[in-house]
Amino acid sequence: SGSNFSTITVCRELHEMGFHVSHSQITRLYSRFTSLDKGENGTLSREDFQRIPELAINPLGDRIINAFFPEGEDQVNFRGFMRTLAHFRPIEDNEKNKDPTASEPLNSRTNKLLFAFQLYDLDRDDKISRDELLQVLRMMVGVNISDEQLGSIADRTIQEADQNGDNSISFNEFIKVLEKVDVEQKMSIRFLH
Amino acid sequence: MACRTCLWLLGTTFFTCTVRLVVEGTEVGATQGSHPEPGVVGSNHSQAGGGHGSSISGIQIVTFKWHHVEAPYLIALWILVAGVSKMVVELNHNLTSVIPESALLIIIGWILGGIIYGADKMQTFTLTPTVFFFYLLPQVILDAGYFMPNKLFFSNMGAILVYAVIGTCWNAATVGLGLWGCWLGGAMGDIDIGLLQFLLFGSLIAAVDPVAVIAVFEEVHVNEVLFIMVFGESLLNDGVTVVLFNVFDAFVSLGGAEIDAVEIIKGIISFFVVAFGGSLVGIIFALLISLLTRCTKNIQIIEPGFIFILGYLSYLTAEMLSLSAILSIVFCGICCQKYINANMDERSVTTVRYVMKVLANGSETIIFVFLGISAIDPAVWVWNTGFILLTLLFIFVFRFIGVFLLTWILNKYRLVPLEFIDQVVMSYGGLRGAVAYGLVAMLDENKFKEKNLMVSTTLIVVYFTVMLQGITMKPLVTWLKVKRAAVTELTLAEKIQNRTFDHMLVAIEDISGQIGHNYMRDKWHNFEERWLCWFLMKPSARKSRDYIFNIFHQLNLKDAMSYVKEVRATHKVRESHDNLILQDIVPSVCLDMHEQDLTMRESEDFNAHHLLQQHLYRGRKQVLKHRYSRSHLETNRDENEVQEIFQRTMRSRLESFKSAKMGVAPAKKIQTKHQKKDKPQKVRGEGTFSPFLHVRPHSHPLIGNVMSLSTSLLGFETTSTATIFPLSFNLLLNLFLQIDQSQ
Repeated sequence: SGSNFSTITVCRELHEMGFHVSHSQITRLYSRFTSLDKGENGTLSREDFQRIPELAINPLGDRIINAFFPEGEDQVNFRGFMRTLAHFRPIEDNEKNKDPTASEPLNSRTNKLLFAFQLYDLDRDDKISRDELLQVLRMMVGVNISDEQLGSIADRTIQEADQNGDNSISFNEFIKVLEKVDVEQKMSIRFLH
Repeated sequence: MACRTCLWLLGTTFFTCTVRLVVEGTEVGATQGSHPEPGVVGSNHSQAGGGHGSSISGIQIVTFKWHHVEAPYLIALWILVAGVSKMVVELNHNLTSVIPESALLIIIGWILGGIIYGADKMQTFTLTPTVFFFYLLPQVILDAGYFMPNKLFFSNMGAILVYAVIGTCWNAATVGLGLWGCWLGGAMGDIDIGLLQFLLFGSLIAAVDPVAVIAVFEEVHVNEVLFIMVFGESLLNDGVTVVLFNVFDAFVSLGGAEIDAVEIIKGIISFFVVAFGGSLVGIIFALLISLLTRCTKNIQIIEPGFIFILGYLSYLTAEMLSLSAILSIVFCGICCQKYINANMDERSVTTVRYVMKVLANGSETIIFVFLGISAIDPAVWVWNTGFILLTLLFIFVFRFIGVFLLTWILNKYRLVPLEFIDQVVMSYGGLRGAVAYGLVAMLDENKFKEKNLMVSTTLIVVYFTVMLQGITMKPLVTWLKVKRAAVTELTLAEKIQNRTFDHMLVAIEDISGQIGHNYMRDKWHNFEERWLCWFLMKPSARKSRDYIFNIFHQLNLKDAMSYVKEVRATHKVRESHDNLILQDIVPSVCLDMHEQDLTMRESEDFNAHHLLQQHLYRGRKQVLKHRYSRSHLETNRDENEVQEIFQRTMRSRLESFKSAKMGVAPAKKIQTKHQKKDKPQKVRGEGTFSPFLHVRPHSHPLIGNVMSLSTSLLGFETTSTATIFPLSFNLLLNLFLQIDQSQ
């Protein structure tokens, strides 16, 4: 069971990251973390995530699991776990004006969009190519759409977003095409207060 | 076109024939009634048409024995007439999309009432309270309870209760007091009435009616939260209505002088008793039903009967104990749905669902037709302009004020606030219906001198809300939505991304193990799993209760083989040959912002958007959107979606395991994993694995991979009985062995 001192350290680190979460929330999430950690070695592997049944019926389940693991690694500790979850915290109004010189908190609009962007961009080349978009589309769509139809949807989507004509979507183009979407609301879970 | 005219003609001829028969029947009945013939009913007398006495001159080959069958015949005939009216109403879809069905049925009721009145010079058929409350209303409410989306209902329970209790009390008080004030001011002329009677009238006219609400909201599709608010309110406010009605009725009988603090306190206490008592009765009957269905494995043919009988009994029992009968039957339906659906055979479940809809639909039709017929009765018509107009004004205005006030308070505590347009729809959708009429018809004429005035007013209020508000609801909503939306068309990218966000949120919620406020929900869930399911569900039902297990169960040999083949072969997505379009009930008006974009001109663009709209997986947030509908049964298309996603996920995980088979020796890891677990059930399950582990320890990394795949597939942490299905799983395992050996 989570020893108190480690949750306090994590709490402090998260506060430094700009992720202000209450102590009780951390304790709760820590107990969730340990319940997922079947190997009881303080880290989660991909299999631990895959053991959550609802993720198996989520079209983007595996991609999101991936998002928890930093580049090239196979284990994630509690710090990393919280780091990823931090993206989903609602943006508080009073925080918006807090400290312009501090580094941007993880749950800012840009960082949320970056998280979403990296779901598509697996090879981390800062561009969503047509293939990458197709992959994600295919995951989200039923089997009744043929490859050609899906391809044309992907093409049109890229057309809408692409501004510099390289037939792929860069992060800035991604931000621009979603500027009217209320990202703060759509990517926030209220319990992370 | 010809077909349609034929149907029209058929309908009208049938119609007139039945009506004529009814009229003749009543005429015969009336003339017969004037001849006092002792013991006519049920006896085998032969009756000549003119009542010629009892001497028979010879053997009658055929006789007309009307009295013999009068009562059941009339009942059956009226049900038939109601059914035919519904058919007539449904003939023209353009009409029904403008005017809601309930309004059209009332109009037909007027016509029928006119015919009968013309034939009989009095209204022989009216909606009597007994028939309404005992034979027509229970089915409708049971249907509402059984198909209630529980999760949605209970997560919004707080708000629903606020509207139902406080809102109804507010409505009753303001309408009653307002009318009293105006009466004192002389706006109504000289009528024999008092404060208490006004309050009583206010309490019975204040309640939102579930039958009317469903009927109108069928056409106007609103978002789920809004729907459950109005719907839940209409169901739960019965507790308040019953109490207020009984309390004020008693007060009127006592007379104003006897009312003191004690009586008022008794009234308040009676509210709690009635409400909670009614719900308790319903829950007890739900338990009974669940237990019964648990034991009916061998006599599945009777199962559906139990549901209906016990549901009806719960209604009558609560009525007998002077508790809230509607609350009782609602909670009976709500609490038993999950267990009986799990316990009963599939065919029984389908039967219950379908019969429930048939009965509810039939009842609703009859109710509305009779609401129309009951109006054509000059004996009850008393016109008092002031009273009627003021009532209409007050219920309308005070409803708006009440809803906005309560919502303003509620929004401070709600996670997702209710918006302006939602509030407008909620206020405007507060329809009054047959329950108010039933209550007012039950009033005692001796105590309430102005009963007829109240009856007429109630009828007018019902017609106003059901017809006028029903007809104008859709245009109002469209206008508001368009005004509010002013939306630019969403681009494809935005649509895709919105759906991505949905899936992301759901996944993060599942990973972090939290959905909204859930400490209570977790506790309830645990309690339910440990005790209730064990008690109320058949053992076999418990095992297959878990959604995922269900789907995994459906992995048959063919599926397993196809996975395996696809791992080896290149991926080929199944081509769609024609439009295997999952039928999408396109709502006519929809308050969901991103659903319909009808102004797309460019056809190619439209195609892409259309395709996306139809084929994007809906994700759990939207799957939970239960469109409660009186006439449509939900088909299980969500299961297809879920199965597809599950198969695809498993396939890709399989691939990654297979590709990782080279460098990993996971067998050792698995053993330690298993031993560390201390849950007894899991140990039981592992017994089936150990033979494999022993026989082939480390030489087959693939098996090791498969093992860990299996633990991740089957080591689901949800159900306590992690019983593994050896059959299908071993099958899979054998197939892998085969592949491995063949390579």
